[in-house]
Amino acid sequence: MIPASFEYKRARSVKAAIELLADGNAKVLSGGHSLVPALKLRLNQPEMLVDIARIASLKGIKVSGKELVIGSTTTHQEIASSDIVKEHLSILAEGAGAIGDVQVRNKGTLGGSLAHADPSADWPALVLVSNAKVVLEGSGGERTLNAADFFTGFFSTALASDEIITEIRFPIPAKGTKSTYQKFVQPASRFALVGCAAMREPSGETRVAFSGVADAAFRDTGIENAISGKTLTAENINHAVSDTAKGQDIMSDHYASEEYRVHLAKVFAKRALMALA
Amino acid sequence: MGVKINVTVNGKAYSHDVEPRTLLVHYLRDTLLLTGTHVGCDTSSCGACTIHVDGIAAKSCTMLAVQADDCEITTIEGMAKGSDMHPLQEGFKECHGLQCGFCTPGMIMSSADLLSKNPNPTEDEIRHALEGNFCRCTGYHNIVRAVQYAAEKMAVEV
Repeated sequence: MIPASFEYKRARSVKAAIELLADGNAKVLSGGHSLVPALKLRLNQPEMLVDIARIASLKGIKVSGKELVIGSTTTHQEIASSDIVKEHLSILAEGAGAIGDVQVRNKGTLGGSLAHADPSADWPALVLVSNAKVVLEGSGGERTLNAADFFTGFFSTALASDEIITEIRFPIPAKGTKSTYQKFVQPASRFALVGCAAMREPSGETRVAFSGVADAAFRDTGIENAISGKTLTAENINHAVSDTAKGQDIMSDHYASEEYRVHLAKVFAKRALMALA
Repeated sequence: MGVKINVTVNGKAYSHDVEPRTLLVHYLRDTLLLTGTHVGCDTSSCGACTIHVDGIAAKSCTMLAVQADDCEITTIEGMAKGSDMHPLQEGFKECHGLQCGFCTPGMIMSSADLLSKNPNPTEDEIRHALEGNFCRCTGYHNIVRAVQYAAEKMAVEV
């Protein structure tokens, strides 16, 4: 499969990338592991690709104040193997290590996955559960969005056509916070048929987010409200997951029916909460 | 329309004008005539097209040739030293790690990536590292043995 023709520009700075994007029908290329498959299937036929993979300021993992800051072109593998990530927010290393396979993790990037917003990708649930902020830069300047406001629907985000994601800022959770990412893998694509990310702070506040289940990743406030502050007993967990994914637009395809997805979501929410107990 | 790229493939420097939409695997196969790298699923699932880009395993059907500009690439053709097979190549031969052989170049490149990071992997780690490579003949057991053979041989050589 060969993509349709496009012009290729490599940006040397964020400013240069934004100027190139302002020109019209252009797409941002980073690792290319969401975009290149879409180009090959001609689901997307941009006139220009703006390659941001070699802009040094967009890559890297650091702690800044009370936040873990990850540059948008940092690869899944770099995050999965990072000692800084393992120390401060291990669920990100756990989740990044569950993406695709070795080769995909070596090339695919955090920012690329978020911008693509595949409802079955792992990152959306991970950034939602960790209350991350997504930093965007465009011709209008910089803005910072809560992860929950960044995703706007099926393969849709708040990203404007002349904006790029520069970094993702994750609040470092209180000591003693427990977390887990429980994933039911679609065996061929290795996307999440269901991915459940859960975090519980020492205060008892519990957050639960899903990928793979609905038309976009989401925080399950029903489960969160039912279990936050309560002891994680089997009875309380069973009660909390009884209305999993309520009110969501559940996906249904030839891999899994709506009914089966909701069933799996309950099972994986239960496993996640048990793992936090 | 063409974009100039400079790449080093198996130690040899090349410079070509490529169309931006050219996939790296097609550049390797059709321009450099290195046909050991295979196109299997063409959707970044099967791993038959796995090569090393700057020392790490990547699926060349999901990279544009322009993304490899200024990179060092190793393909299956770069693994043997003259007539001496790489220990992984020898392992696949000795342990019957292939039947039709279509997936083998990708299997060997992924295995080499694993052994460079983890010279003494467990069976579990080998199977996990090869999740991105599909074999439709062997049932994987002999592939795992081939990687174990190579790991042992490479440990002795060092």
